[in-house]
Amino acid sequence: MLDKTGIAKRIAKEVQDGYYVNLGIGIPTLVANYVREDIEVEFQSENGVLGMGPFPFEGEEDADIINAGKQTITTLPGASFFDSAMSFSMIRGKHVDLTILGAMEVAENGDIANWKIPGKMVKGMGGAMDLVASAENIIVAMMHTNRAGESKLLKRCSLPLTGVGCVKKIVTNLAVLEVTKEGFKLLERAPGVSVEEIKKATEGNLIVEGEIPEMIL
Amino acid sequence: MINKKVHSVQEALQGVQDNMTFMFGGFGLSGIPENSIAELVKMNTKGLTCISNNAGVDNFGLGLLLHQNQIKKMISSYVGENAEFERQMLSGELEVELIPQGTLAERCRAAQAGFPAIYTPAGYGTEVADGKETREFDGKMYVLEHAFKADFAFVKAWKGDAAGNLIFKGTARNFNPNMCGAAKITVAEVEELVPVGTLDPNQIHIPGIFVQRIFQGEKYEKRIEQLTVRKRE
Repeated sequence: MLDKTGIAKRIAKEVQDGYYVNLGIGIPTLVANYVREDIEVEFQSENGVLGMGPFPFEGEEDADIINAGKQTITTLPGASFFDSAMSFSMIRGKHVDLTILGAMEVAENGDIANWKIPGKMVKGMGGAMDLVASAENIIVAMMHTNRAGESKLLKRCSLPLTGVGCVKKIVTNLAVLEVTKEGFKLLERAPGVSVEEIKKATEGNLIVEGEIPEMIL
Repeated sequence: MINKKVHSVQEALQGVQDNMTFMFGGFGLSGIPENSIAELVKMNTKGLTCISNNAGVDNFGLGLLLHQNQIKKMISSYVGENAEFERQMLSGELEVELIPQGTLAERCRAAQAGFPAIYTPAGYGTEVADGKETREFDGKMYVLEHAFKADFAFVKAWKGDAAGNLIFKGTARNFNPNMCGAAKITVAEVEELVPVGTLDPNQIHIPGIFVQRIFQGEKYEKRIEQLTVRKRE
């Protein structure tokens, strides 16, 4: 079974040379730390920066240079700043190659819910609805089950939706799955996790074809 | 040169009344019009509708207006990090319209650019699209979203001049340029008001035509919401 860092490491393998990538808050933010060093990738943050670098050294933080999680960051050579409308032109206009975000629930048809628990948690969608409505390459990073042990990979989302039929790939602490017309197709198992365990933790239709390899991290 | 300079925040906020609709630039606490907000707190203007990506934190930014129950309605994309906000929203004291961030930006830009509405794919098939007109273009569904109508836009820039020209710094730019000229009156506060002619016309982010009033803010706290640093090796 993977921890959050493991999920980030596995997703980092999906990042290819020349990609512009938008990382969501939480596990997705960690992905930047594990991308291969021999490829060129630029990270976009929807608050208006392309070419994000690592956190600043102590004492060098600047309140005017933050990411979408409101964390202080730095920029790399070649970086640029822009306004919010232009930022979402990059996203809506499909100029961003890969979007990685977290979720509370994903359905077997690719629906995603990650912004609201009615009557309980109402933080808002931020840029998530714009991202999922336009991005062609969306990977969800999340735990396979919630704190109560219930599956987050469902037949139908129970929470208010963020987007419909948009998720293509999911990386959890247990597995890598692809969203197909028939349901969640199991691609890889996390180290030490059996197909049976993944079946048990998946409420939606799980498609298992042949031998399922273990992830290589 | 048409002079937009006003001599105080009080002069900049002349005409502000109860029950008006305001736009506020900023993302989190970065690039928020600190001085205009502080003055609104002093004026204790009530019944406000506020268009702003976030709602500040409990004791800073728009959180200060929330604390005095000055806000009737918030139109935002993300409102975490603010316990008082959540309390007022869940108790029904505060009306909240949550909309996608890109839609928020584009509804500002549409108002600035003279478009009555725009079509966006964001929110289609979700409760955000409830009751809204939808339309198919090239096999994909879009939602009609209307331009905002606001009385004042309060924005914050790094440098500006008396002509109203603005230059922003870093990610403090965010929604500020999109809100300039998107309301009846745009009030720009700047960290540094420089003599006209010293800003390079090639480097202006927002031309003065979009700004009605400009002043240099008395002080900027520029609070950091999430301080993240790394150690030197």
